[in-house]
Amino acid sequence: MPEQVVSHQDSRETLLFYAVGILFLLVVPLLNVLPAEDSWLHISDFRLNQFGKFLAFAILALGLDLIWGYCGVLSMGQGVFFGFGAYCMGMYLTLQIGKESVYGSELPDFMVWTQVKELPLFWYPFKSFMGGFLGAILVPVLFATIFGFLAFRSRIKGVYFAIITQALAFAAWLVFNRNETRLGGTNGLTDFKQLLGYRLSDPSTQRGLYLITVIALIASYLLCRWIVASRAGKVLIAIRDSESRVTFSGYTPWMFKLFVFVVAAGLAGLAGMLYVPQVGIITPAQIGVLPSLEVVIWVAVGGRGTLIGAILGAVAVNYGRSILTNYFPEAWPFILGGLFVVVVTMFPDGLVGMIRKLTDRKKTPAPLIKAEGSTAA
Amino acid sequence: MGLDRFSQYVLTLVLSAILPISLFSTSTLAADAMSSAASETDSLAGPIEQAFIDIKSDDAALRTQAAAVLIEKGNASLISRLDEIRAEADRSVRQAIKPVIDLLKNHANLTSEQADTRRSAAADLVGTGRVEAITWLEEAAAKEQVWWVKYTMEESAQLIQLRSDEQAVKLSAIKKLGELRSQNGLSALKELLEAGTQSGATEQQRALADSAQTSIGQIDSWGWWAGSIETLFRGISLSSILLIMSLGLAIVFGLMGVINMAHGELMMVGAYATFITQQAFIAWFSPENFDWYFPAALPVAFLSAALFGLVLEATVIRFLYGRLLETLLATWGVSLILMQAARVYFGDLTAVIAPQALRGGAQVMIGVYLPYNRIFIIILSIVCVLGIYFLLFRSNLGVRVRAVTQNRNMSACLGIPTRKVDSYTFAFASGLAGIAGWALTMVGNVDPGLGQNYIVDAFMVVVTGGVGKLAGTIWASLGIGGLNKLIEPASGAVYGKVFILVGVILFLQWRPQGLFAAKGRNADA
Amino acid sequence: MTDDNLILHCENVVMDYDGFKALNNCNFSVRYNELRVVIGPNGAGKTTLLDVICGKTRPTSGKVMFGKGTNLVGRNAEDITKLGVGRKFQAPSIYSNLSVWQNLDLSIKRASKGVFPTLMGKCSPAERARIEETLETIGLTDHAHDRAGSLSHGQKQWLEIGMVILQDPSLLLVDEPVAGMSDKETEQTGQLLTRLSEKQAIVVIEHDMDFVRQIANIVTVLAEGTVICEGTVETVQANDRVREIYLGRAKVAH
Repeated sequence: MPEQVVSHQDSRETLLFYAVGILFLLVVPLLNVLPAEDSWLHISDFRLNQFGKFLAFAILALGLDLIWGYCGVLSMGQGVFFGFGAYCMGMYLTLQIGKESVYGSELPDFMVWTQVKELPLFWYPFKSFMGGFLGAILVPVLFATIFGFLAFRSRIKGVYFAIITQALAFAAWLVFNRNETRLGGTNGLTDFKQLLGYRLSDPSTQRGLYLITVIALIASYLLCRWIVASRAGKVLIAIRDSESRVTFSGYTPWMFKLFVFVVAAGLAGLAGMLYVPQVGIITPAQIGVLPSLEVVIWVAVGGRGTLIGAILGAVAVNYGRSILTNYFPEAWPFILGGLFVVVVTMFPDGLVGMIRKLTDRKKTPAPLIKAEGSTAA
Repeated sequence: MGLDRFSQYVLTLVLSAILPISLFSTSTLAADAMSSAASETDSLAGPIEQAFIDIKSDDAALRTQAAAVLIEKGNASLISRLDEIRAEADRSVRQAIKPVIDLLKNHANLTSEQADTRRSAAADLVGTGRVEAITWLEEAAAKEQVWWVKYTMEESAQLIQLRSDEQAVKLSAIKKLGELRSQNGLSALKELLEAGTQSGATEQQRALADSAQTSIGQIDSWGWWAGSIETLFRGISLSSILLIMSLGLAIVFGLMGVINMAHGELMMVGAYATFITQQAFIAWFSPENFDWYFPAALPVAFLSAALFGLVLEATVIRFLYGRLLETLLATWGVSLILMQAARVYFGDLTAVIAPQALRGGAQVMIGVYLPYNRIFIIILSIVCVLGIYFLLFRSNLGVRVRAVTQNRNMSACLGIPTRKVDSYTFAFASGLAGIAGWALTMVGNVDPGLGQNYIVDAFMVVVTGGVGKLAGTIWASLGIGGLNKLIEPASGAVYGKVFILVGVILFLQWRPQGLFAAKGRNADA
Repeated sequence: MTDDNLILHCENVVMDYDGFKALNNCNFSVRYNELRVVIGPNGAGKTTLLDVICGKTRPTSGKVMFGKGTNLVGRNAEDITKLGVGRKFQAPSIYSNLSVWQNLDLSIKRASKGVFPTLMGKCSPAERARIEETLETIGLTDHAHDRAGSLSHGQKQWLEIGMVILQDPSLLLVDEPVAGMSDKETEQTGQLLTRLSEKQAIVVIEHDMDFVRQIANIVTVLAEGTVICEGTVETVQANDRVREIYLGRAKVAH
């Protein structure tokens, strides 16, 4: 495609993607299975499971990158869609516990405590795996469609949209915390036992889930790439550069925004769905204001406006976090806060921007995001 | 010699017979002296002393009678003796003494110097249900100056009369309670109504029920108004908190194009500054000067928050002018850091003791009680609005600030130091957050999450109000604060928040730029 | 008032910004295939007039009739664009993070510009040819794959003109196209506009009187939101009111 201004960058990104893909799809699982337990090459089951979680987060980050990095619309409510997906899968897993629960009742434990006698109606679809699976994608998609329609159609944009989505995250957090929502209140859903008959405590099940997550991530990446490479992807960038010009070129910007917002929500739901069986718990603390914002920092650290940046950022930040919280539990908020400040003020192109600078000394690199046009009124 | 011995014997006998009597008589005299000294009235000494003996008796009827005597004739000076008895007595005696003590205490408190004490004494007397209290209450009410204390006395008297066995007394009490719009009488009246409407009700009960119904109607309609006024007040009070917060936000957003997510934490800085000032007063000044810590904390809170703001502007915001979303993210990071710093340094929960003048509240009408701390915040918000108005629109400084907002380059050409204007404006807005934090210590704890509690609502205010107009911020905070409190009683605080969010989104459908959008050809440039 | 030869007819258009009337009972019409230049002092309402026509702002009152009886008032900008009104803004409004080619590719007129057709759409050979042709016209063939943000100011202006041309508008609204251009570029722009006016109606706002003389048949003078004079360059320049407005209230000549 000769008309692509960023073609040489694209090919490099593809290369990077292949490297990352092979690393996570083949190298990591093989290092888990092949080397002896005490070998330095060995990756423990715990680590593998942890990477599975990070890769689920990477899918979430891809969605945000699509809407924020490409289209310039900052959503601070991605955690909500992640939560919808996670809760849908969580409800399925909770019902799979069956009589293995603490109280030996068919009802989930928390319902027994809160004196719920009968399974609420909205739980019924989640008795089957298909219910949980479809719900995890469709609920966020539907919700994003309605919310996005109202928000974008009335031309709420820039910080206004960011603030509204933050309020959404706040409100969702409040609602999920309530006992009468019948979703386990503050304690959320946990104590899962099995998924489609496989024991979740079994390392091989977790290995399987890890592989499924990697494949889902690759599929999500390819989907995003296809969108970004298409003409619609160019419209997204065009919206970021000059929304009014897009209007005068005959496109309806809010429809494109709604489209990517919905795609991002679906990806967030997918991420939530993959997260739950691997981590084994979902609580309202995962869907509030701060978790939604952390997604933003992953993408910013990785490099917004490049898909591979979103993946790298999600994995790097979370890996760093898991190591740091081990040694300095109180320091993490300082580091997270510091990352926000430093990345935003000094490294707007994130890790990918730095890599590009290092490997691209002969040419002056094109910035991923030019300041012009990205400013709101 | 035999006679001598006999006479000695008789004498000994007589003496030994007299001795116990004389011993007894001295002891009664002593007791008399004690009780007369204590009770001030010699004539009452007899029955009261008798009652003191009877109340320890095993006979329940005797105890009850003794209690009645003590209640009728006694006063507060007996309390210490009764307490002594109670400390050693068994359970049944303690039960007999307890109401006596309560009644005597409350009786004495009816003439206390503190209006609040008088009032709560009057209210407490209802619980005893003693007929004697009616006279006390009526006497006290006749002399009472403060209207709502007087009201409580009258209400309490009627509430006791309601339990009378006489139909006529009951009827008049029901009528009076209705006239008094007594909220406290509502449950008793409803019981009467229920008893009177049951199938087996007597003629008398039915008459009572009829009368109760009328009174309930009166009370309810009054209660609705009183409730509405209190809701309105709570709404305005929340609105004024939001307003003080949003003013600073709106200034940096509207004038400088900066979204300051750390605004809540600057408020927290102000709150902790107040707390530290209080600790300093405790450490260095005498307790009678303690209340002065609060006014002294105002400049401390303002200046410390302004200083934080100055540093924040110089180190972070300065690089991000014109990039709204970036300012939002960077200041979020700052807010995380400040919050965690406060958590590590101060721990999770600290509180400030309100000065005497801001404790308690005013009973402005029946069923409407307005706490002073809330009134204080409302007044403060008005002062802040006026202050900002004069500063921005009626002073030279304001002209410069607005000039820089409208055309930075032109202002620079005219010799306005734009960098300085920027950093002072930001520091001033931060100082406002400090003042908000200072005021918030009066209504809640000082904790690291202080800012987070209000920041989402405050941003909703800014979004709804529109950029750059003071009036928009005022109306939006009134609307959102009011709506919050209006919805809260019906559906709980959580769904109140959800409704507000939905409301704001729907509102923005109609007015995407907020209430007072800037118009003109550059409006959406 | 309906004239079959008119592509645009504005009737009593009022644009009121909080009491300031940017347009005050403005009546303005353009015929098919006409190249019309609008001049007027600063704040006369020239840009506001274009904003109202293309749907960027909604007038307080009045009608804007386009083509065969379509009222543009109340329609949104993308619909008006699809009806065949193209707009070039005063400050170059292009997509700086896309290549020149991509800028043009997004702008070309297509059957549907909905989300899914755009997502699936491929560039047909005919479209490719048109884009190449337009690149030639605006002289950016050599820069086709450069980032649009890296072009010079004049090139950006031309790119935007190219983008508008590709929309095939029957009415082209152009706001100060030669601001910041060299003399040579200005002349080329004039030739381009003249050539385009063979096929479509064009309204140009301009201050540069040499440029106006180069391209204009009829000039409309706008002041304080109303049309005060219309005619050839010579007529307009001879008009007393126009001189008064441009030279100030003090009556210099008499």
